[in-house]
Amino acid sequence: MTVSAANVPKGSPARDRVLDFMAQNWAYIFLLGMVIFFSVTGRGFLTLANFSTLLVTSTMVALMAIGQTYVVITAGIDLSIGWTVGLSSVICARVMRDLINGGADLAPAILIGVVLALFFSLIPGLVNGVLIARIKVPAFIATLGMFGIVRGAAFLLTDGQQIVGGLPNNLQDALRSVGSGSLLWWVPEQGIVFLNRPTDLPPAITRGIAGLLPYPLIITILVVVVFGFILSRMQFGRHTYAIGGNQEAAVRSGINVRNHLIWIYVLSAFTAGVAGVLHTFRFTAGVPNAAEAALLQSVAAVVIGGTNLFGGEGTIRGAVIGALIINVLSNGLVILNVNPIWQFVVVGVVIIIAVLVNQAQTALERLKANA
Amino acid sequence: MPSTAPILTCSGVSKFFGGLTALDNVDFEVSQGEVVALLGDNGAGKSTLIKCISGVYKPEHGQITFNGVEITNHAPSEIRDRGIETIYQDLALAENLDVGANVFLGKEKKKRFMGLFPVTDDEFMRQEATKVLDRLDIHIPSLKQKLVNLSGGQRQAVAIARAIYWNARLVIMDEPTAALGVPEQRKVLALIRSLRDQGVPVILISHTMHDVMAVANRLVIMRRGKVAANLPREGANEELVVKHMVGTAEGAL
Ligand SMILES: Nc1ncnc2c1ncn2[C@@H]1O[C@H](COP(=O)(O)OP(=O)(O)OP(=O)(O)O)[C@@H](O)[C@H]1O
Ligand SMILES: [Mg+2]
Repeated sequence: MTVSAANVPKGSPARDRVLDFMAQNWAYIFLLGMVIFFSVTGRGFLTLANFSTLLVTSTMVALMAIGQTYVVITAGIDLSIGWTVGLSSVICARVMRDLINGGADLAPAILIGVVLALFFSLIPGLVNGVLIARIKVPAFIATLGMFGIVRGAAFLLTDGQQIVGGLPNNLQDALRSVGSGSLLWWVPEQGIVFLNRPTDLPPAITRGIAGLLPYPLIITILVVVVFGFILSRMQFGRHTYAIGGNQEAAVRSGINVRNHLIWIYVLSAFTAGVAGVLHTFRFTAGVPNAAEAALLQSVAAVVIGGTNLFGGEGTIRGAVIGALIINVLSNGLVILNVNPIWQFVVVGVVIIIAVLVNQAQTALERLKANA
Repeated sequence: MPSTAPILTCSGVSKFFGGLTALDNVDFEVSQGEVVALLGDNGAGKSTLIKCISGVYKPEHGQITFNGVEITNHAPSEIRDRGIETIYQDLALAENLDVGANVFLGKEKKKRFMGLFPVTDDEFMRQEATKVLDRLDIHIPSLKQKLVNLSGGQRQAVAIARAIYWNARLVIMDEPTAALGVPEQRKVLALIRSLRDQGVPVILISHTMHDVMAVANRLVIMRRGKVAANLPREGANEELVVKHMVGTAEGAL
């Protein structure tokens, strides 16, 4: 111990502290740097309206990344949630549409649609969990199989269409009032307005209207807070880390690892289900492939946020920052008029940087502990 | 000293791994106030036996009773709740968590957050961990450290602390001194004696004959999954033990 400590060159304490701070908070610093960069270079990036759009767009990946964080902390992976989002979105839209066309009232139709969408989203998670925890199928294989099954189920429910559309107008309006609604609005030259987005204003002003507290964002923040709290403060979270750190130790200390893992995959499916419902509210249609690209982005967000793919480490906070980084990148690059294909390259580079930084950080921590 | 009524009884316990017979019809008893040394070559079945007792493995045949209650197919958590604590050879710690979290793993102390939500009481667990480590006279500089950052001996101390914290009624130790320096080894032996004096029986697995002879009351020697000998400490010596281990003693199976 003491030998290795002697080999560490002693920098000035101040510089050490700065380095340390950078290593631990690089994701925040990176996000901030990107925001500054795009604000300076991209016209229209640094506007309330764009930020509002950006945050709402981020909710999809953020929600998926929350469940994925739990899964990855247990050293698993969930590849099926991209299509679980689609399944949820399709069920939500279809149930509402068919109920209303069958003469149901608006409110009960919407409620039943949401509840059924969330309920059926849990099923792929439950099956994943049972396969992985009880039958010991590797998570990668089980959720890859579920990827295909849920994808098929989602498309079967659209009757072969790419979308569940044709929602009655009153339903569309109702969905939009939530999915595109906001508790507070910023209206140029008028200030803050509650609840209803003002209409009939000149286009110059309309373009500047920004939702300050969009409902999809509020819902996502709620999910972030609840699952962040459970992970960081409650016994369920502690056991999640323990399973990822040493599954055998968890079993021997009496933790019911099988049931715990089943819950983890159900939870992952649940946050995907919420994302699917929100998607239907935002776009007033059921979209089976709503999260086709978001799946890998959710894994990327988790990794960028410092979660260890081998398990045992990670935070919801990190996943949210990761989701924001990815969405700021895409948004900024679009505003800069960069060919959208470049997004893939840039996000890929960021993921690799993230892994490198996290490894360096772990090494640093160990050095310090032994010093 | 040892009372006659056994507190733990294993009778006819067999355990197979595929075609391999790890335990073959094992009878094994522990009484109040005893330190029983479980001896044998590598692969003799010692760890397998204690994992059957602690509920990690389910034996294919046989019965295990503790304080008169059959515990053969109970889950590890139930067996811990009944008062059997085990220090495993591979320690079985969550190295990504800190000392307090490990001592309380699976039995986390909780408090109410805003009087409502049950959250883990990390401060309490850390303090209790400090106390039990102090009792062992083992000092770990920062209890907020994750275990990955601790030395092998410190981790072993954590594993021991975890087992003795819970006022166990039977403590099982699989190679508890393997990673320890000489002073720490002495502390563990003293701890075993003090457990015995408090009436808590100990099953000690060790390849260190000196340790065994220093603390054990009884020696149970295993060979190829069977109990080869069951000897009182008095009258036993290293030579005899080794003969039983390798199967050259008189009357050996
Ligand atoms: N999980 C397992 N799967 C398959 N075989 C196992 C398993 N655990 C133990 N064995 C086998 O059972 C036999 C007994 O092993 P065990 O670990 O009980 O020996 P041991 O007496 O503790 O040895 P050591 O002194 O080396 O720790 C060995 O042949 C071992 O290879
Ligand atoms: Mg062993």
